[in-house]
Amino acid sequence: MLISLGFFALAAILAPALTKVLGPRVFYVLALVPLGALAVSAAVAQRILDGEIVTEFLPWIPEIDLGLSLRLDTLSWVLSLVVLGVGALVLVYCERYFPADEPGLGRFAGFFIAFSGSMYGLVVADDIFLLFMFWEATTVFSYLLIGHYTDRKASRGAALQALLVTTAGGLTMLVGLVILAAETGTTSLTAIVAEPPPEGAAVITAVYLLLVGAVSKSALVPFHFWLPAAMAAPTPVSAYLHAAAMVKAGIYLIAALAPAFSTIPGWREVLVILGVATMLVGGWRALRQTDIKLLLAYGTVSQLGFLTVIAGFGSRTAALAALALLLAHALFKSSLFLVVGLIDHSTGTRDLRKLSGLGRARPVLAVVAIVATASMAGLPPTFGFVAKEAVFTALLDGSAIGLVGLVGVALGSVLTVAYGARFLWGAFGRKRDVDDIPVHAERADALASPLILSLAGIVLGLAASALDPWLAGYSIVFPAGDEEYHIALWHGLEPALGISAVSLLLGILLFWKRTGVARAQAAVPALVNAADGYWKVLRFVDRTAARVTSTTQRGSLPFYLGVILLVFVLATGTSLALNSTWPTTWKLWDYPAQAAIGIIMIIAALAAVRADKRFTAVVLVGVTGYGLATLFALQGAPDLAFTQLLVETVTLVAFVLVLRRLPGRIGVAHGRPQHRLLRAILAIAVGLTMAVVAVTALAARSTEPIFHEFAQLAKDIGHGANVVNVALVDVRAWDTMGELSVVIVAATGVASLIFLDRRTDDLARPKLARGRRGFLLRQRPITEPARPVARMRTDREPEPDEKRLAWLLAGRTLAPENRSILLEIAVRLVFHSIMVVSLFVLFSGHNAPGGGFAAGLVAGMALVARYLAGGRYELGAAVTIDAGRLLGTGMLLAAGTAAASLLFGANALTSAFFETTLPVFGHVEFITSTIFDVGVYLVVIGLVLDVLRSLGGEVDRQQEEEDPRTPNERLEERRGA
Amino acid sequence: MTASLTLIAVMTVLYATGVYLMLERSLTRVLLGFLLVANATSLLLLTMAGPNGVAPILNDGTTTDDIADPLPQAFVLTAIVITFGVSAFLMALIYRSWRLSKADEVIDDAEDLAIAQRDAEVEAELADPDHIDQEVDHLDELTAAHDLAETGEEQP
Repeated sequence: MLISLGFFALAAILAPALTKVLGPRVFYVLALVPLGALAVSAAVAQRILDGEIVTEFLPWIPEIDLGLSLRLDTLSWVLSLVVLGVGALVLVYCERYFPADEPGLGRFAGFFIAFSGSMYGLVVADDIFLLFMFWEATTVFSYLLIGHYTDRKASRGAALQALLVTTAGGLTMLVGLVILAAETGTTSLTAIVAEPPPEGAAVITAVYLLLVGAVSKSALVPFHFWLPAAMAAPTPVSAYLHAAAMVKAGIYLIAALAPAFSTIPGWREVLVILGVATMLVGGWRALRQTDIKLLLAYGTVSQLGFLTVIAGFGSRTAALAALALLLAHALFKSSLFLVVGLIDHSTGTRDLRKLSGLGRARPVLAVVAIVATASMAGLPPTFGFVAKEAVFTALLDGSAIGLVGLVGVALGSVLTVAYGARFLWGAFGRKRDVDDIPVHAERADALASPLILSLAGIVLGLAASALDPWLAGYSIVFPAGDEEYHIALWHGLEPALGISAVSLLLGILLFWKRTGVARAQAAVPALVNAADGYWKVLRFVDRTAARVTSTTQRGSLPFYLGVILLVFVLATGTSLALNSTWPTTWKLWDYPAQAAIGIIMIIAALAAVRADKRFTAVVLVGVTGYGLATLFALQGAPDLAFTQLLVETVTLVAFVLVLRRLPGRIGVAHGRPQHRLLRAILAIAVGLTMAVVAVTALAARSTEPIFHEFAQLAKDIGHGANVVNVALVDVRAWDTMGELSVVIVAATGVASLIFLDRRTDDLARPKLARGRRGFLLRQRPITEPARPVARMRTDREPEPDEKRLAWLLAGRTLAPENRSILLEIAVRLVFHSIMVVSLFVLFSGHNAPGGGFAAGLVAGMALVARYLAGGRYELGAAVTIDAGRLLGTGMLLAAGTAAASLLFGANALTSAFFETTLPVFGHVEFITSTIFDVGVYLVVIGLVLDVLRSLGGEVDRQQEEEDPRTPNERLEERRGA
Repeated sequence: MTASLTLIAVMTVLYATGVYLMLERSLTRVLLGFLLVANATSLLLLTMAGPNGVAPILNDGTTTDDIADPLPQAFVLTAIVITFGVSAFLMALIYRSWRLSKADEVIDDAEDLAIAQRDAEVEAELADPDHIDQEVDHLDELTAAHDLAETGEEQP
């Protein structure tokens, strides 16, 4: 069985490619797969007859106890024969059905064989979750097959409808399966059915949930509407999926569960009533169809109801009858669908008002159809007759629900006879006022498949007695009745025969009086239309989705933010209100300076809210930042103070660089007064909530903090005295690694928002007149024009003769009025010293305040100074390496440190320590986490450089492009005007 | 545990002013609000770190009993640098927004507004069922499937 499934999968994958080579003949090749699997099933026939259960197992995901556990017992064996046998015949038929130029044929072939494999898997799966997977696979492939004509609206709609209905049922079923597995402690269907769990509320719920899945899959009322719509599919699909195979999955599930659960309260009643309702609704609707394929579709609905009644009845005779009926139905219904396909092909229509005289023209086809219809109507000596006799006998067990079922199926049989006759008359009869329809010739071998299926119906009927022991393997698990029933063609004159005869006569009468019936049908208003209900549900879902979206998605950022914050205040506030930990003591301040700094910060923050000039607001916010740095310093956090101070300064510079292009005032008024009030209330609520959070968090520090040991670890293993730095580069280096990634993303983001077309800019650098190559020769002093001239716009402009020594490389590229010699001199003097300091801060950071972050920012400050004094060309001269490379190298160093320890078999980011005594240097210590810190250093420099290049240099360039005048020129122009 | 009211008061004011600014439409104010909230969060971590002590640098006989909790400090250090990265990004956004549209305001999202508009259209359609909404495409297809199932013919 496993090998068969493997072949199915392989065939499905290869089918599209094979179709390209073989055209429609690919179906012959594909038919070999189900035939092979059929041979496998046939090979174990004797063992099944002996009552053995054939099992196979392949471990799949042992962690969750899921394996490919397959088994064949009588029920699944019979089903596998139906699925594989009909599958092979329909595949053969496909070869005739599809023209060579059918679009999407390869796809169709692949889906079809994949469906057939899934269906086979469904009936042989023993693990209920495996069964569920195959179940859903059939749903998906059926969706794809129904929607084969992708250009037809109705086809797509039908596919979607079938998918939604059966998936909804399938998911309901999954819940039931989970409950059942939890209650029984096993996922084996055989084990569950052999030892059903005691009937508790959970088990009963689970079983009903399973029934929802079965009812939706087998298109029973109230889910029956999807099946007729699914007739938009090509006829082979209808014949296979919607007659023989997929719709039988629900019946199979009911039949498989019946031995264990038919005694739970309501099982029998629900299934019998649903079945009868479906049978009558389907039959009644079939009677008024004019499309013979739809007539058959409603007939299928009706027959599925019939099958449900008997499969759910749960007695030994009923079980036998159910299996027989299932077999009979698969044979005659697929045969009839294939016949309809041939009629459609040879006449171009399926409308029984247009078809006339086809019986004369295609006598063999007519005979095939008549035999199949006879089986459907239950005429001897067909197998349908045998099955129907068994059903009637089973329902005649004297129980009230049996009687309901009997009356129901007898009435249903009347309708079946009537629509069967209507089908034959409609398809093949000669109508008085309709001309004979012209018929195209068809190759005779197209008839092979329906012919075999119809013949099988008669052969099985004649051999019914011989067949009995093969089917009985399923029914013997039910308790024996008063007398043992065996299926046979002739049981003598008994009540069932009488019922058959009466329903046959009434059915023919109904067909005879069809005009009267049609009038009656038109007069009776349609009962509740389930399809309309479904449609309304979908509309409701659509409307609700649109309304919910438009209510919540206003498109306004303040609104979203407000909602998030409101939820935060309410949720956190509620849980905090229930909290009972509060700090034991309170004090106004830790030291008086704290209060002074605090007051300044509070005033600055409040003033920032009210400020309407950008620069004022920025500076005020900066004050809070510097205040924070002071607090850090006083609180025993020198690293933080240092870093905060630097960051605050760089932020201020960056802000100023951006703000110089924006208007001085923050343009928009603060919005409507009531909005401002709401904002203020929300803001204060958030602030107070955070206050309570802080207090609670502080009070929660009730146990011994880990930092005592943590700090000792930093000293002993990290070999650093500065615990914070060791934490960043060693103990908690993963955090830092994540942070570096964020910084790189932000830096890249900044660059890409400003540089529109490329990542790197290759900052223009001043061209320096250089002599020959050589270290000493390159050390020529840099000169610039002595008298102020207009800014040099290109490097090619001839330089004036008179020169003086330059302080900065690119100072002459600035407009004279923008230059400050004092600044240039200062920068010239301190730049290199600052760079050296930054290196010192970097390497001393392991044992003293400092480290990669602070050092990177110090170096960044040096670059800021160069840029401010000399402009973008100066920045280009200061850093000749691209910012992206700096970021990349930094990340590479950090990640390399992390990965290197892996090479030595240690965990990632494990640091190694070396110490040695060198001449001159003396005692030297080195720890590998320093390399990581160098990475941090480079990334931070890269970030600052990117900010300067983008918000500084590139913004300058864009400004010059828009307005190439210098400030003095602009000033003069304004004066002139 | 002892709580310092000053630190908590400063933190509360920073959060409140920061949130107030972030709820505005001017991008510059949003960024300023973001910076205030970031500072407030640093203060929150500092407050939660417990009693202050000497700097966590284990030199010259400093023992782990004297020092302030270094772990929150490491977190704050990370937070400071990330704040800088994010605010640089926001600044670039502000500049770009200004360059493209001469506005530094967050305007309502056009796609979201379109959905609200569509909702109104669905309402109108419900009031007038004959009107066929081309947008609600799958319902249309389902109707076609329904007609096909009922009559065997595709309706135009």
